Amino acid sequence: MHDTVVFKNKILPYFLLAPQLIITLVFFIWPAGQALYQSFLIEDAFGFSREFVWFENFVYLFQDPEYWNSMKVTFLFSAMVAVTAMGVALLLAAMADRVLKGAGTYKTLLIWPYAVAPVVAAVLWWLMFNPSIGILPYWMKFVGHYWNHYVNAGEAMTVVVIASAWKQISYNFIFFLAGMQAIPKSLIEAAAIDGASPFKRFWQIVFPLLSPTAFFLLVVNVVYAFFETFGVIHATTLGGPDNATRTLVYKVYEDGFVGLDLGSSAAQSVILMILVIALTVIQFRYVERKVQY
Amino acid sequence: MIENRPWLTAFRHLMLIFGIAVIGFPIWIALVAATHPSSAFFSGVMPLWFGEQGLNNFERVWNNDDRVLGVTVSASWMMWNSFIMAMVIAIGKITISLLSAYAIVYFRFPFRRTCFWMIFLTLMLPVEVRILPTYEVVARLGMLNSYAGLTIPLIASATATFLFRQFFLSIPSSLVEAARIDGAGPFKFFKDILLPLSVNNIAALFVILFIYGWNQYLWPLLITTDEDYYTIVMVIKRLMTAGEGNVPWNIIMTTTVLAMLPPVIVVILMQKFFVKGLIEQEK
Repeated sequence: MHDTVVFKNKILPYFLLAPQLIITLVFFIWPAGQALYQSFLIEDAFGFSREFVWFENFVYLFQDPEYWNSMKVTFLFSAMVAVTAMGVALLLAAMADRVLKGAGTYKTLLIWPYAVAPVVAAVLWWLMFNPSIGILPYWMKFVGHYWNHYVNAGEAMTVVVIASAWKQISYNFIFFLAGMQAIPKSLIEAAAIDGASPFKRFWQIVFPLLSPTAFFLLVVNVVYAFFETFGVIHATTLGGPDNATRTLVYKVYEDGFVGLDLGSSAAQSVILMILVIALTVIQFRYVERKVQY
Repeated sequence: MIENRPWLTAFRHLMLIFGIAVIGFPIWIALVAATHPSSAFFSGVMPLWFGEQGLNNFERVWNNDDRVLGVTVSASWMMWNSFIMAMVIAIGKITISLLSAYAIVYFRFPFRRTCFWMIFLTLMLPVEVRILPTYEVVARLGMLNSYAGLTIPLIASATATFLFRQFFLSIPSSLVEAARIDGAGPFKFFKDILLPLSVNNIAALFVILFIYGWNQYLWPLLITTDEDYYTIVMVIKRLMTAGEGNVPWNIIMTTTVLAMLPPVIVVILMQKFFVKGLIEQEK
């Protein structure tokens, strides 16, 4: 750190920090505190009565099979989004890594979905998979499958996973490609001279060296699937059919804004905060150290 | 090249073209759907080739002719709202993060660590996990249905602050020393030395944050009930659920194309900054 060279002014830094700190306090820390406080209260929807109930909201939540279902849905959803987005991105990055002609064009054509909003991605795929007029169900009929994500839970999940993973491929691709290009060429050349096939070189040299990147991306993708896919669900399945795609964030919104169950919504917020904190700690503790070699 | 394997190179190109085609297919469908009358989506299978209604659909959506969007405001107005939101968020985040990073790196003052950790905390409190209380705060401050409400609560940024902090720490201290010997005060140093050096980082962050702002969905959904403040991304979902009978896919897809265009153009035009920015941001 710059321990020797600093400006002496004692007041100025507070002014410089003020805008950031005020916004942080008013719109981040205060509401988070409120969520924590409300999670210990039972309040009717109009705020006429409130009662301090300790952990009752949490106890109730953990006894609610719907909550566990939502938890299960979220973990399943996140795992599938991460695996799909990372798998496709890794494959494409492995292909693009050694390409000389047209590398720039390929890259441009692969990174633009990053700019598409999750909700927009969802609407695009919702049309593609539309059971009555969508092109994909139309093709599926030729092999005898009648697609209907309005009633079939697995199919609804497939659509939201594909829509969420689709726009995330770009991000993963950029990182995998950067990771691969950072691997010293001499390593690959040495293996080639020793007679390792391109396939073997990928699995035994490139892939292990990419594992820090992959771990970092795993955390990022899980965070994305957990917290940034509200729009995907809200624009398409609305958590259905039969709550099969109701993720935790969607449930907080539904219970808080639609159901007006303030205590339960606050308790769910607190649990989500603990999850984010855990994920952030993982990201900073384990990822940062391992990425550098 | 390590060795020459023409079949492998051809395979790589084929796979990439195939991947790009699959990834781009939904956009193709959207562009095609935006050029047809709504009757093309009532039955049978959706069209795969362009129709002739493109300009007509675009005009109707752009001006909201016959209230085709189901709201009182036009797509052009909602794009303007999105643009304001994206710009204010991007510029706001960059400004306050530059200032905070400057304070943290170049000054020593009581509670410096506390301030740093407070900013770090925002990373752990995304709006999605504190939906209701944040809404209440904004409501109590009278910021519902306003540009201030749409933007200010999203302006705090730990990642941008960290990025600038990392960057400032990498500037050799001899430079700071030299500036001080030449008599540069804190303002002059910031304006004439730090700012010009940070241009690349600012550009990179701008791309990421512009997209972040443009693509906001949950937040505007919560705090706007007045249609004058609707953003283009929000209205798409309303179109999806508005018509119970025949969903107006041509109108939805025209709106979708409009909603995607600005951020996609920004990414493509500023690709170099954007890729560099993403990778730096995560270090």
